[in-house]
Amino acid sequence: MDEPTLTTTPADGPPANGGATSSSGSTSTSGSAAPHRTATVPHGEPILEVDELQMYFPVKSSGIIRRTVGHVQAVDGVSFQVPAGGALGLVGESGCGKSTTGRLITRLLTPTAGAIRFEGQDIARLSPRELKPVRREIQMIFQDPYTSLNPRHTVGSIVGAPLEIHKVVPRNKVLPRVQELLEIVGLNPEHYNRYPNEFSGGQRQRIGIARALTLQPKLLVADEPVSALDVSIQAQVINLLQDLQREFDISFLFIAHDLAVVRHFCPEVAVMYLGKLVEIADRDTLYNHPHHPYTQALLSAVPDVKQAAIGGRRDRIRLEGDVPSPINPPSGCRFRTRCPLAQEICAKVEPPLLQIGPHHKVACHFAGEVGQHPTTPISASVLGVDEQGNQKPEAASTSELGSQPGFSDTWVDVHGHRGGSGATRSS
Amino acid sequence: MTISSDLASHTADTSLGTDPALEPVAGRSPTQLAMARFRKDKLSMAAFVVVAVYLLLGILAPFGVKFGILDPFSFHSSAKYLDIESGSIPKGFMGGISWSHPLGLEPGTGRDVASRLVYGVTFSLTIALSATIVAVSIGTVLGIVSGFVGGYVDAAIGRLTDLTLSFPQTLMLLALSGLAVAMIVQAGVPAGNVAQALFVILVLGLFGWPPIARIVRGQVLSIREREFIEAAKLMGAPRRRMYFKEVLPNLWAPLLVYFTLTMPAYISAEAALAYLQVSVKPPTPTLGNILTDSISYSSADFFFFFTPAFLIAVIVVSFNLVGDGLRDALDPRGAR
Ligand SMILES: Nc1ncnc2c1ncn2[C@@H]1O[C@H](COP(=O)(O)OP(=O)(O)OP(=O)(O)O)[C@@H](O)[C@H]1O
Ligand code: SF4
Ligand SMILES: [Mg+2]
Repeated sequence: MDEPTLTTTPADGPPANGGATSSSGSTSTSGSAAPHRTATVPHGEPILEVDELQMYFPVKSSGIIRRTVGHVQAVDGVSFQVPAGGALGLVGESGCGKSTTGRLITRLLTPTAGAIRFEGQDIARLSPRELKPVRREIQMIFQDPYTSLNPRHTVGSIVGAPLEIHKVVPRNKVLPRVQELLEIVGLNPEHYNRYPNEFSGGQRQRIGIARALTLQPKLLVADEPVSALDVSIQAQVINLLQDLQREFDISFLFIAHDLAVVRHFCPEVAVMYLGKLVEIADRDTLYNHPHHPYTQALLSAVPDVKQAAIGGRRDRIRLEGDVPSPINPPSGCRFRTRCPLAQEICAKVEPPLLQIGPHHKVACHFAGEVGQHPTTPISASVLGVDEQGNQKPEAASTSELGSQPGFSDTWVDVHGHRGGSGATRSS
Repeated sequence: MTISSDLASHTADTSLGTDPALEPVAGRSPTQLAMARFRKDKLSMAAFVVVAVYLLLGILAPFGVKFGILDPFSFHSSAKYLDIESGSIPKGFMGGISWSHPLGLEPGTGRDVASRLVYGVTFSLTIALSATIVAVSIGTVLGIVSGFVGGYVDAAIGRLTDLTLSFPQTLMLLALSGLAVAMIVQAGVPAGNVAQALFVILVLGLFGWPPIARIVRGQVLSIREREFIEAAKLMGAPRRRMYFKEVLPNLWAPLLVYFTLTMPAYISAEAALAYLQVSVKPPTPTLGNILTDSISYSSADFFFFFTPAFLIAVIVVSFNLVGDGLRDALDPRGAR
């Protein structure tokens, strides 16, 4: 923590004892990995830990006997943590499984495999009855403010419904509480008797936020909460969320389809592609030193204020082709059909999500900064394969690689590797 | 990095207080728009007035009978009124029209036709309305459950719907009416016309729900996908709340349309059943049993035959016009 950067975000929760600093000195063996720039991410106890989460939707044949003919691999082995009081951004193109991940965490869906540990309790397989107390703790803000409010209910009954269902306050206390909540989200508390169609999109989203707050949750899953709104209103709503986070110490999983929206909100960001995490890092690392070609392509589409100021312009990296179908994803690396760096090994071996920095994991055989991607796979020796991706006979099984949700104190030093001596696992 | 992202530049520092810039958008609700569309539709509005008049008559008739304004039961069978020699046809212009009997007298008995018809509207509408409520209620509940739960429940209700539709109900109705009415009486309902009316209501209602269940199911399939349903699940809403508080209020438009289209079908169904002698029997009047009685006089006393037929035709057509008008008004894209 010897160079405190300009950016300590106010939204970061209470600094956890020692968590933020534990990794900076003790680990990286070679000094070239720029180990210092990430010390601002709080790493307290995670409030949510998602471990190898998987959701395969069956695809049925048509006809009378509906056989399962395949699976939509919407989410496939995703692991991450949301720190208590923190905010994790989850970013990816349409259809990559972001909403499915959110629905799994809120248990609107039951995962086909994997664990969802909320405050240490695995909620992945709880029955509806067992879920009821958890429902109070995990709430969701929906993407579409037009379909997320029942058009036949007044604002008061929408916001007050959770109170009635969970019977947390006596009947005559519901209305005062509703009005208090409306005021918190910046709406006129006298409007509780109106119907949703009397409000604008931004106001509706505020109603949805008030509903999510009603039960005083600890974790909010915000599924593209602003993507249906005008740009000017987006900022207002994001500010509201930030204020709420500060005020009530709520943790966020913030889903978005572009990196610009989460940048303001989330100290830590995960990038998803076709059901898998491809890169996860603290904000500074991800935006300034992305190592995955997909993240780099996404970022090149984001207008960058700083670079515009000095007259430079990020070269736009265009992605060729469409996202492949999640029913039949490409072998090896799922990004390889669109990746400008793809090699033979990419089709043969799936790149593990390797930790390459104190708060940085990336799933690419050729991970590196833009223009500095290594020429030999960084993961080959870790995986026990040769540079074409063929299994070496003596290699041990490495299926565990990269599967644990958090960051560890040790990582693979990819920058020292560039000399060609093979990846070293520091310890 | 600085927080100078493009978002931050838009950001006026909103505090937690009420934002004065956020006044509700003035706008008419979909319901108001639909009602405005309906009012503009002249034919439907005229039909609506006719339906309203019938309903009013139906509601007021029992009071008229009670206070002696209507007299549907007294015989006027003396030779002063009826032509005893030639089949008891009423004497006078068009079946005995006079100030005291504006629509004439009933052949054979000499009862006041106007009183009988007005009071008949009461019974016909009561039977049709009750049967419609039974059919719509069953159809709505089964449709909601079927569409919302899906899977095996949906398949089971679907088969039940098919089975009910393919049931030869008219045949069964005739064959089993005696037995069924006896069972109704055994269940504690007073014998006679009350049991008979209940039989008609149950038969129409218990066989009439399948189309409603299908329509409701289709609507629920799309309502189910909206995010407010997920929001309700997240709150931990129990099933009953889902069905009746979240889904049902969004169904009122198709239900209203179906209700107005089922009513006329059951008014004519009652008439048909009366002809087959399984409905309420005289002296209690229904439009159906008056019409049935009048058929044998169609040549001897045409006006007596004409009036019930005309009244049935008018209410059936009017109800259908209102239903169509509502459908057009509520669903401007015209889902036919
Ligand atoms: N209930 C379902 N049954 C079958 N497939 C589904 C289901 N829900 C989602 N999928 C599929 O899973 C994949 C991921 O969907 P998801 O909604 O999670 O994407 P997303 O990242 O949220 O996209 P968007 O940005 O469009 O919201 C898609 O291919 C989608 O078609
Ligand atoms: S593993 Fe290969 S295909 Fe996948 S992102 Fe890296 S270079 Fe591209
Ligand atoms: Mg989505």
